[in-house]
Amino acid sequence: MFEGFDINFIIFGVMPYVALTVFLVGSIARYERDPFTWKSSSSQLLRSKQLIWGSILFHVGILTVFFGHLVGLFTPVWVLDALGVPYGLKQWMAVLIGGPAGLAALIGGTMLIHRRLTDPRIRATSTTLDILIMILIWLQLAIGLLTITQSLQHMDGAEMIRFMEWSQSVVTWNVNAWVTVVDVHWLFKLHIFLGLIITMLFPFTRLVHIWSGFAAPFRYLLTRPGYQIVRSRRRPLEERRRAYDARQGKAGPKATTPAQ
Amino acid sequence: MKVRAQIGKVLNLDKCIGCHTCSVTCKNVWTTREGVEYAWFNNVETKPGTGYPTDWENQKRWNGGWSRSKSGKLHPKQGSKWRIMANIFANPSMPEIDDYYEPFDFDHDHLKSAPDMNAFPTARPRSKITGERMEKIEKGPNWEEILGGEFAKRSADYNFDKVQKDIYGEYENTFMMYLPRLCEHCLNPTCSASCPSGAIYKREEDGIVLIDQEKCRGWRMCISGCPYKKVYYNWDTGKSEKCTFCYPRIESGQPTVCSETCVGRIRYLGVILYDADKIEAAASAERETDLYGAQLDVFLDPNDPDVIAAARRDGVPEDWIEAAKISPIWKMAMEWKVAFPLHPEYRTLPMVWYIPPLSPIQNAAQAGQIAMSDQMPDVRSLRIPVQYLANMLTAGDEEPIVHALERMSAMRLYMRALTVDGVRDEGIAARVGMSGRMIEDMYKIMAIADYEDRFAIPTAHREQNEAGADIRGGCGFTDGNGCSSGETGKTSLFGGKKKSFALPLESF
Repeated sequence: MFEGFDINFIIFGVMPYVALTVFLVGSIARYERDPFTWKSSSSQLLRSKQLIWGSILFHVGILTVFFGHLVGLFTPVWVLDALGVPYGLKQWMAVLIGGPAGLAALIGGTMLIHRRLTDPRIRATSTTLDILIMILIWLQLAIGLLTITQSLQHMDGAEMIRFMEWSQSVVTWNVNAWVTVVDVHWLFKLHIFLGLIITMLFPFTRLVHIWSGFAAPFRYLLTRPGYQIVRSRRRPLEERRRAYDARQGKAGPKATTPAQ
Repeated sequence: MKVRAQIGKVLNLDKCIGCHTCSVTCKNVWTTREGVEYAWFNNVETKPGTGYPTDWENQKRWNGGWSRSKSGKLHPKQGSKWRIMANIFANPSMPEIDDYYEPFDFDHDHLKSAPDMNAFPTARPRSKITGERMEKIEKGPNWEEILGGEFAKRSADYNFDKVQKDIYGEYENTFMMYLPRLCEHCLNPTCSASCPSGAIYKREEDGIVLIDQEKCRGWRMCISGCPYKKVYYNWDTGKSEKCTFCYPRIESGQPTVCSETCVGRIRYLGVILYDADKIEAAASAERETDLYGAQLDVFLDPNDPDVIAAARRDGVPEDWIEAAKISPIWKMAMEWKVAFPLHPEYRTLPMVWYIPPLSPIQNAAQAGQIAMSDQMPDVRSLRIPVQYLANMLTAGDEEPIVHALERMSAMRLYMRALTVDGVRDEGIAARVGMSGRMIEDMYKIMAIADYEDRFAIPTAHREQNEAGADIRGGCGFTDGNGCSSGETGKTSLFGGKKKSFALPLESF
């Protein structure tokens, strides 16, 4: 029955769908059902030390890496060809941008983990998941940086193209996607596996603040014209004014004057 | 004209005895939960002093309030929207909990559970954050109580600006006053302006500024945005919290807890009608000393028929208009001009105002007589320097403060003449530009301060705005977690049944 069964199929063929489903359904469920717990969980109030540098390095680094992966993996190969970007050049870009950014995130992450584990205030107020997710992300960054050692051995970009094909096959419902990455180096496999684990944990941890972090600039900078917000339980002001004017107009002729 | 109503507040510092009943009753009602032990929605500071959190008035350090650019535009002092977004990973202007104080409790259980020992067991302090023993308490919510600590530290008080402060360190010349503080429920709040999530809003009906606990993401920009440092980060729930003006009480026509329990009867609540269209221009007044006057211009006279007509058209309920006519706030701020906004130079147009305190005549002891000017004690020789009060209440402009103090002192002279000599001395009233009737009214409201004179609070008209059927089975008031499992700060995907209380937004 399990003839020809391949663990790679489970991890690279099935798990991405499981992870994405948990990620999306979980995020929506938490946002809808328990918005009170949706937050960044900042601990800056309790200790600023190590947070200012740690947090900025970590966030700037990891956002660069995140968008690098997003653009790098999901740009269709034909777009590269159409633009005439050599695969080797793309890979160099990935190494030269992703490398330093990953390193910054790793240094920042190290500071944050150190702070979280050694500062008594932060330690006492951390949840198990806070610590676990931080360690997983740190490992993921470290493994990601280690894969550069493998990438540097074949800078023609061929392997990178395989990962692009895999990612794009997954999101285009190609069931045979997993085949493309069966025989890559185990560091890459571990990196993908850990990435999927983090994706699955996402809705259950403080990571949900990433959604809000991406939404906030749009809301704050683009959809809020000024600075202030006023909420009202009444009908909109214009409607109220129109209703009042209509009432006055009707009441006008009927009103009795002192002379009458 | 866009007429809105707000429940405004005035605190008569002349009568504050610094008993902290307001702070304690407020804490008992609102902030006895984990994560906000350190937070005092209402606190009472002894002035001169650096206050709580330490040095809160120093906006060079905390960057709270608004800045006016050369072109006359306002932006939060901590930065415009882009700058605020750029600081989202780490807020450089945010105080640490040690700037307030590390919350602690005493180990009372040890008194009961201690074994037989040679030394008497004591209840030592333990941190409420870590649970560890604290060897030394370095700070508390009222660390400078009754001029506690050395003058050198307390005199860092921002209100000493332009005051020759050295002499006030001498025992003979020292002075003090109390300053109870709470959220100002500003017309132009910087906390809400700084919130990237749009979670902080002002209510149109009564002007109360609230934080939507389900929309707050803990970006903590409001903490640094508020110049009064009256938004507190709950380190347990990861959300910001602030004074709610006891809105469930206000909605049913009751005074806030701090006002209700004030034993000195110094707190007043009443309706102020204001023109929302004038807020921006008023907050952008070029000179800081003009801001107090500019805010007076935002307020609308509830006896003016044009204002009444506009208020009705804009949906202000009839009983609110009636309440505005008898509002003690209107009388003190507008008719008698004895109440002032706290630090108008922050450009937030605060709505909790203060009546400055009279104080003993400073030179009397030295000169053997009381300094008089025009048969009245010269308020400029009061023990509390006028400049000090002006720095606190009028951005440094002494004139309005002197005017108010003279009226208050005239009230005493007039009432003394009336009760001791049985004479209604209109001359005293006329010297401060008032009439005997006005002074007697002022006396009734400010000195006698009966409950019904202090509070004129119309009830909220929820019946006009909400369908009762929608609220049935709702959560009522909670500390933030709605109908969810009730535990704060714990992740759960499937919290309890939710009822939406979403209100329409208007941003400007």
